[in-house]
Amino acid sequence: MTTTFAPLPTTASASNAAASTTTGSIVFEPTPRQQYLMRIGDSCLIHAQRLAEWSGHAPILEEDIALTNLALDLVGQARALLTHVGRQVGFDEDQLAFLRAERDFLNFTIAELPGRRAGRDFADAVLRNFLLAAWMNVLWAKLVQSGDAEVAAIAGKAVKESRYHVAHAADWVVRLGDGSDESARRMRQAVDRLWPYTAELFETDAVDTAAAEAGLGPVRAALRVGWQAIVEPVFADAGLQLPATGAFRSTGSRGVHSEHMGYLLAEMQTLQRSFPGGVW
Amino acid sequence: MTAREHAASTRLTRAWEVLHGVPDPEVPAISVTDLGIVRDVVERADGLEVVVTPTYSGCPATEVIEQSIAAAINDAGLGPARVTQRRAPAWTTDWITPEGREKLRAYGIAPPGACASDSPSEGRTRGLASSPSGGSDGRSEGAVHRIRLMARDVACPRCGSAQTERLSAFGSTACKSLYRCLACREPFEHFKPI
Repeated sequence: MTTTFAPLPTTASASNAAASTTTGSIVFEPTPRQQYLMRIGDSCLIHAQRLAEWSGHAPILEEDIALTNLALDLVGQARALLTHVGRQVGFDEDQLAFLRAERDFLNFTIAELPGRRAGRDFADAVLRNFLLAAWMNVLWAKLVQSGDAEVAAIAGKAVKESRYHVAHAADWVVRLGDGSDESARRMRQAVDRLWPYTAELFETDAVDTAAAEAGLGPVRAALRVGWQAIVEPVFADAGLQLPATGAFRSTGSRGVHSEHMGYLLAEMQTLQRSFPGGVW
Repeated sequence: MTAREHAASTRLTRAWEVLHGVPDPEVPAISVTDLGIVRDVVERADGLEVVVTPTYSGCPATEVIEQSIAAAINDAGLGPARVTQRRAPAWTTDWITPEGREKLRAYGIAPPGACASDSPSEGRTRGLASSPSGGSDGRSEGAVHRIRLMARDVACPRCGSAQTERLSAFGSTACKSLYRCLACREPFEHFKPI
């Protein structure tokens, strides 16, 4: 990690030492540009993991299929980005996904929040899916012009996929928000729970600035206008109020995660850590 | 043309013929060349390089396709074959050949309609960013309806009726959605334009 902030670089080795019966974590120090790509790739990966939790549990079969389809796209996007970063640091996509310690994941916190368990419900899943898909859509459209040809190529494919992700999620936000009293009440609760975590999506920091200066991609603040242009009309149609942004700032993109992340990683990583090098 | 150039050219022609017989693992009715994912076959010093563009980011068939291609080339005695990926430009269903579309229809899958470069997947999603300059055209009209998933007019692959309805925007694979014909009542899959 760089010195621009302090994401506890020793944690991975600490976790490594503690893991006596399972595979230890990989340790490397990503450059700001690599961190920039890991934030996107990790957000895709962790969001996909949360979406995939609905497999077999969605309210209707069609949505079960839809959410896992979206997750598959996101896993593909994560694979592409993590493979790209991995080539630069000597690890493959599986090592990056399954053998990194919690503090070395740089996804935005909103991606890791529970969607199905811990008092959350389908409304949380629908809303998070919409808010993140809209953000990704705006980001990918800008990354098409990345000075990194591989990133631009990944974005060229992903932007097309993000379009139907947004459209599908927006459909559900309106369906629930403008649905029954009960579905509207649950959507409002989901908005109250998730909205504070959207601030992190637009807070430019030194990693963003380094990426922008290198021509890799935009700073996060540059995504806000495009994101709002997607989110606001959908909220209006759903009868949902846009909350004010408070003082709270989540910090997943700096490697400091919520209490939910450890459980998510335990589930996601257990096979690879229990059966090192296992492949399909 | 020298004899050597002629041999190389014959080898490439034969390679394309072989690839024309390599089925897509998830839609075996069509081949990888029908699907338009084979972008190039190049004679290299160490063998044949087959350049493939993946369909969807998360398509689980990508690795199988690469293995099938290499095996087919090698089995035909044209190897050693090496498969490489080319991500840009991104694959579009517009690359599915007319022959591929007809095979899809005969197999019971409604082929995708034309998909202009910034036109939406699976219906109108106008208003979303589709290119660096896109995404700002429209807060002036009809709010959310611009980005709702609108079903396209898809003709039934069995009876040809245009009276069809979408059952699910997503289906058994990333590339398909589910429809039903209101005339012959048969359900069918639609290959989504992207």
